[in-house]
Amino acid sequence: MTEIRWHSRAGQGAVSGAKGLGDVVATTGKEVQAFALYGSAKRGAALRAYNRIDDEQIFNHAKFMNPDYVLVIDPALAYTDNIVENEADHTQYIITTHLSKEELIEGIPSLKGKEDRVYTVDCVQISLDTIGRSVPNAPMLGAFVKISGMFELDYFLENMRRVLSKFPQKIIDGNMAAITRAYNEVK
Amino acid sequence: MAEKYDLQEREVWDGNFAASQALRQAQVDVVAAYPITPSTPIVENYGSYVANGYIDGEFVMVESEHAAMSGCVGASAAGGRVSTATSSQGFALMTEVLYQASGMRLPIVLNVVNRALASPLNVRGDHADMYLGRDSGWIQLDAFNAQEAYDLALCAFRIGEHHDVRLPVMVHQDGFITSHTAQNVYPLPDEVAYNFVGDFKPVDDMLDFSRPVTYGAQTEEDWHFEHKARQHKALMDSRPIIDGVFADFEKVSGRKYNRVESYDMEDAEVAIVALGTTVETARVAAKELRAEEGIKAGVVAIRCFRPFPFDMVRDSLENVKSVAVLDRSSPGGAMGAFFNEVSAALYTTPNRPLVTNFIYGLGGRDFSISEAKRIFKEQKAHADAGHITTDIQQFSGLRGPHLGFFQTKRG
Repeated sequence: MTEIRWHSRAGQGAVSGAKGLGDVVATTGKEVQAFALYGSAKRGAALRAYNRIDDEQIFNHAKFMNPDYVLVIDPALAYTDNIVENEADHTQYIITTHLSKEELIEGIPSLKGKEDRVYTVDCVQISLDTIGRSVPNAPMLGAFVKISGMFELDYFLENMRRVLSKFPQKIIDGNMAAITRAYNEVK
Repeated sequence: MAEKYDLQEREVWDGNFAASQALRQAQVDVVAAYPITPSTPIVENYGSYVANGYIDGEFVMVESEHAAMSGCVGASAAGGRVSTATSSQGFALMTEVLYQASGMRLPIVLNVVNRALASPLNVRGDHADMYLGRDSGWIQLDAFNAQEAYDLALCAFRIGEHHDVRLPVMVHQDGFITSHTAQNVYPLPDEVAYNFVGDFKPVDDMLDFSRPVTYGAQTEEDWHFEHKARQHKALMDSRPIIDGVFADFEKVSGRKYNRVESYDMEDAEVAIVALGTTVETARVAAKELRAEEGIKAGVVAIRCFRPFPFDMVRDSLENVKSVAVLDRSSPGGAMGAFFNEVSAALYTTPNRPLVTNFIYGLGGRDFSISEAKRIFKEQKAHADAGHITTDIQQFSGLRGPHLGFFQTKRG
């Protein structure tokens, strides 16, 4: 079982990101779960979204998890939300930021000593450049594909294209570019 | 003729989407609805399927849930296949008309996305609305995940519309935990699903002008009692028909449902009895406890809440030593209603297992695997001691000091 927790603000697309990831994972024959825990259900409010991925049907419906991956798609939430909550000793963090990894960890004491499990990528800037507005969910998916090694990039892109097929071509192209750039830039 | 909908063999759907797809495949004629969180997408999607030509049906916009169910009663009496969805406060406002629908023997399918009742206002899942419907004369089926919300909605049409049943059916799913959680769902192809449900065959439809009928007549002490007795008998007599529909559904889907589901119960010493998603979380806990500590734990789940499967509950639990019955509804000054029903069934067995009651998960409070394990271990302690070692009713997952009531007089 792989468990993922997304930290996001309502409107940044963590719920769509979690569902999109679930959609692609399911095409590989795995079982998935994608759900969210909304706070005050207003745009901009902090929220958490979750994924579970397993080879067998997923029976656990609890919100509680010890995540294998923590994906933070809002730069400020890395500081203000408790992103290490219920972490395991192998939890990997992918955090959107314009800072270097060293600068980021310097400001977040709870990440100290976990340098080899922390990865950074500027999802906000990447989405501004490729999609034209701040929708950091798509780039985060690209970064996750790279760090987790769960898929080949081409396989993931091909299936995301299908998930997004109802959108105009320009938006699909922007998302593909965002995923690819984050895949290459995450470090 | 309806447009062809693009459907994959494997979809990733949440419970709401799954239920709405069942309404599309059953080609529901009329949905009268007043949307409410968290059930909104079910009727919203139905509306979009109608607008986009995927259903030859009609979406009736109304001004309240009371009017929504009233519209369903009218459309069903007129002779159409009818469905809607609601939750919580909407369900409460519908309640008066729920009794009308069942009393008139109208096979409406109501998708209930379970949510807490105010006050305090809360949009999240518990079973307060489900319990509110338990004396309304409807058949109540309970889904534990999105796949089942879809499967049981299809079964609900077949059951309710069966001419030996002719009763309205609710299909329950947990608010957010099922309704807003996307999981793998394996839908039936459209023609398989529709053929399983079958064409709607009305009985005493009001639009048959050659044979005028009356709905909603008045009966006083001369005949009211006989009508209600027949209604109760119809519910009781629906049991073998529900079993038959579940057997037919297995033939088309490979998925087998039972009015009472038992998991790891063959040699179980302790059991949790539950409803909704909690059933599946408890199944994980039982499996892990068996592997980790050798505790023979099992889970019994009620698939068909009404008619209550008194005899099957008894059969599935009579050989265990200790049972925890989990009520996800505020008991309002009594033992949990579900606890009372399970206890009554077990009272008529030779062994009379020890039964305790947990109130949990109100307003969407999380229920974890570790909490299920803790409850199992308490049952094990009762079994080893030969009597209940805790309060009979306890609150699980409550913040603050322990809250419990009543102690055993046995042992």
